[in-house]
Amino acid sequence: MAERVTCGIEIHQQLNTNKLFCSCPCDLIEEEGATILRKLRPSQSELGEIDRAVLAQAARKMSFRYQSPRSRCCLVEADEEPPHDANVNAMQATLIVSEMMGCRAVDEVHFMRKIVIDGSNTGGFQRTALVAIDGDIEINGKKIAIQTVCLEEDAARKVETKGSEITYRLDRLGIPLIEVATGPDMHDPEEVREVAVRIGSILRATKMVKRGLGTIREDLNVSIPGGARVEIKGAQDLKLLPTYVEREIERQSGLLKIRDELVARGVTKVEPDIIDCSDVLKGCRSKVISSALSKGGKVFGVALAGFEGLMKSPDSKLRLGSEMAQYAKTKGVAGIFHTDELPGYGITQEEVDALRDKLGLAPGKAFAICADERTKASSALKMAADRAYSALNGVPEETRDPLPDGGSAYSRPLPGAGRMYPETDVRPITIGVERLEAIRSSLPELPDAKAARFVKAYGIHEQQARQIVKEGYEDLFEDLAERYGMAAIAARTFLNTLPELEKEGVDTSKIGDDEIVEAFASLSKGEFAKEALPAVLKELAKGSNVKKAVSSLGIGSMDQGDAANIIDAIIEERADFVREKGEGAVGPLMGVAMQELRGKVDGKKAADLLRERVQAFLRG
Amino acid sequence: MSYSEFVMTSLETAGAEEGDTLEIVSGKRSYKGVLMPHHEFSHPDVIVIKMKSGYNIGVKLSAGSKVSVIEKREAKMKPARPQRSDDNLKTIAVIGTGGTIASYVDYRTGAVHPALSADDMVGAVPEISSICNVKARVLFSIFSENMDPECWVAIAKAVKEELSNGADAVIIPHGTDTMGYTSAALSFMLDGLDKPVVLVGAQRSSDRPSSDSYTNLIAAARFCIETSMPGVFVLMHETLSDTTAVVHKGTRVRKMHTSRRDAFKSINSSPVARINFEGKIEMLCDETPKPAASLVVKDVLERKVALLQFHPSMDVELFKEIMLKHRGIVIAGSGLGHVSTPMVKALGEVVKAGTAVIMTSQCLSGSVNLNVYATGRDLINAGVVPVGDMLPETALVKLMWVLGQTSDMKEAARMMTENLRGEISQRREIDG
Repeated sequence: MAERVTCGIEIHQQLNTNKLFCSCPCDLIEEEGATILRKLRPSQSELGEIDRAVLAQAARKMSFRYQSPRSRCCLVEADEEPPHDANVNAMQATLIVSEMMGCRAVDEVHFMRKIVIDGSNTGGFQRTALVAIDGDIEINGKKIAIQTVCLEEDAARKVETKGSEITYRLDRLGIPLIEVATGPDMHDPEEVREVAVRIGSILRATKMVKRGLGTIREDLNVSIPGGARVEIKGAQDLKLLPTYVEREIERQSGLLKIRDELVARGVTKVEPDIIDCSDVLKGCRSKVISSALSKGGKVFGVALAGFEGLMKSPDSKLRLGSEMAQYAKTKGVAGIFHTDELPGYGITQEEVDALRDKLGLAPGKAFAICADERTKASSALKMAADRAYSALNGVPEETRDPLPDGGSAYSRPLPGAGRMYPETDVRPITIGVERLEAIRSSLPELPDAKAARFVKAYGIHEQQARQIVKEGYEDLFEDLAERYGMAAIAARTFLNTLPELEKEGVDTSKIGDDEIVEAFASLSKGEFAKEALPAVLKELAKGSNVKKAVSSLGIGSMDQGDAANIIDAIIEERADFVREKGEGAVGPLMGVAMQELRGKVDGKKAADLLRERVQAFLRG
Repeated sequence: MSYSEFVMTSLETAGAEEGDTLEIVSGKRSYKGVLMPHHEFSHPDVIVIKMKSGYNIGVKLSAGSKVSVIEKREAKMKPARPQRSDDNLKTIAVIGTGGTIASYVDYRTGAVHPALSADDMVGAVPEISSICNVKARVLFSIFSENMDPECWVAIAKAVKEELSNGADAVIIPHGTDTMGYTSAALSFMLDGLDKPVVLVGAQRSSDRPSSDSYTNLIAAARFCIETSMPGVFVLMHETLSDTTAVVHKGTRVRKMHTSRRDAFKSINSSPVARINFEGKIEMLCDETPKPAASLVVKDVLERKVALLQFHPSMDVELFKEIMLKHRGIVIAGSGLGHVSTPMVKALGEVVKAGTAVIMTSQCLSGSVNLNVYATGRDLINAGVVPVGDMLPETALVKLMWVLGQTSDMKEAARMMTENLRGEISQRREIDG
């Protein structure tokens, strides 16, 4: 039986060594530096064949501005100096990761130039090398193939797009990336996340990776039976990976249904006829339409008979229209309108009928329109119409951008393989047997061994240890357990407290590792009681710091005398109840006591104190 | 390093040639890929193959390795790229000397093939065909550090030939290392030049999308057609940005950075024009060129001329011997054109023996002046000839040329100090 979905992932992890081909540091900076203006030109291939993705990019004719903060980039990033020899530490980290996953390193590493002309690499190419192949990792007893491990440079980061000019900052360009690519061995959305987490912890074991948002990015390859391989490129949130997969399964299934319906309706591919419909919509009250026309633009229309109800079906499950719109947007327009959503958006039924007339369509038949500056609008609408007709072939292979809600949007055609050639400015690197043996004999701890060690060293449960490693908290946990001896609290914090806070709607990703360490440091000094830790973390997530949180929550620890007074007051208020229940009153009163003490006293201490004061009260 | 014998035998036995798809079994590992040319820095026992993904890897062969050919390479025909000429446009002759101004990349093998013929060039730079017709030829193809005066003479003769055959201008792609020397040599040799001769180079190889070669070539063509300014020039990027190029006088230009696009600067003068890639050409100087007679190639050059940079602790006796073996010496002195006292004495002896000694400054910017300090006055008394604000490299080339025009030392000194091709000026403006 065919699997429901087939997935592979590629993980890109930034390293915190120096940059791969120069001696700049690997940190981002909020500084612009001097600006360099550049244009890139597609290289001519000997045989006149240019990679289709390259051509698509070139067609957008972009100019590029590069911001060059002086402490984070040098002439190498500016494409004004040849690359230096490849960073030795970065290569070492790559070999360690390869060995940990059972891959075999090649005998000699050759860096290649991979053509990229969207401006994110100043030279028009990315330097990348294949370092190791054919390993595997085991997840839940199943072997997931690790096809390749590569070492490459990260691209410049996009700062803004203004019209036909894109601005990049060169601080990120050149940061080493280890790329781990799995085989298409995952058939379940949750499995994808687990594999990503495992690879992440193997990478972290090298102790040479950067931490924080954006330092690790995943590219997902997803296909369903009968569908096509679609790449969702640049996902950053591990938690969303299963959602990306689920939504892509839905999207591809929907497209297959659309194809079947189109075939059943007898729709065939025709050359789209893009017609100027500006006169029909002269008085239209849609802001988009009237604004485009008033600026001297046009409204174009294209007949799409046979597509009724497929661009947006009443149950919203079939959404060819949003695919069409995404293709149209690559030409710089804001969007399109189609009949499954009309009348609406200020366009009346009369106008819809008039448009049908203009396009020579029978009543009820589908069409789409686009309003913008003339060349943009017509080329955008052609993209949309072509995309509509390619639905007859089912699912197109493409690269998509991940969206924050777990969906994705069309980005560009899937790149072909044939656009790499040797980087002759960088020497090949021999990987000797001795070097590999040295690495093998001192590998960092593998996840299973680490979990077992946690149980032994810190007395936590095996379940907890496995979960801590699985969720990627192993380093932080070990740090806290070693420094403050608070293994149990740390375990509970990662495995229970943080997820509970997330359920309450708190964004725990905003709490930095060093802030957690600070909180535990404060806790270990007795500056607040452990019961107040969740409240402190909540404040940290809001952007506060430990000191401020402790004081604003009013939970600074209390001295014995004050605590005793508060408890005595509680007992006094319930004097009858206490006399009646005797020591049995301690249990019921704990809740009130803890509330009054507001986390300033440790639970056990509070219980002891309450019992003691109750006993004292009963004695008279 | 080339292949070891053992690898060569393995490949021969398997009948493996570059471009063939191979399977290599080495112990427990097997690899499949297309055989690539041997890499200069590869280990002798390593062969390089291109995997299906496009990546190249090095595979070390050992005694037990098995190499077999799975598929022979396919010969792919290079497409013809015939270009038409336009009668309404002028013609620019492009004389290739080695700098690769345009190229094609064969992603299958990684080879970068230079665009040598006019058809290939226009195919790679289609923008040219709306500016001019192109008549391309390859004179030779060598790294510019290997060029010698014979090369300069060959280029000068080729320029005359093309101009005589009706070309309206000449563009010479050239390696950047010694482009300044060649441009100076051509400036002197092409006497009576009335058309533009522009040397262009690229600091970034033309196989890469960021290469400066294309914008430089197009800008050079525009300069030639739109200004028709007579003279020998060097055109390169003005800044790190792809916005403007500047045209430098051939006798005033020097490569001032090892790798930057804007490496070439005019020293002690201003460039003659600025080309805005997306806009107009701005003229930057108001020199009216001398009316031209007719072009004569004065190509006799004296080879035995050397350029020496003075430095403290220079071995005076050793260098005196070297200088005596030459007919002319250009010194790049310190500061205003100074050398140490013992060296002054040595220079005096060299002059007495009949060798011309010319003084320039290793500061490059500014003019020499031997009147100010005692050292300078001693140098004048020794017979050393100061040449104002001329670049040391230009002085070297000029002296070679001057000594080819005359053997009279007095006349040589006079010609060296006379401004013939814009190489010396009397004024240095303040803008720095």
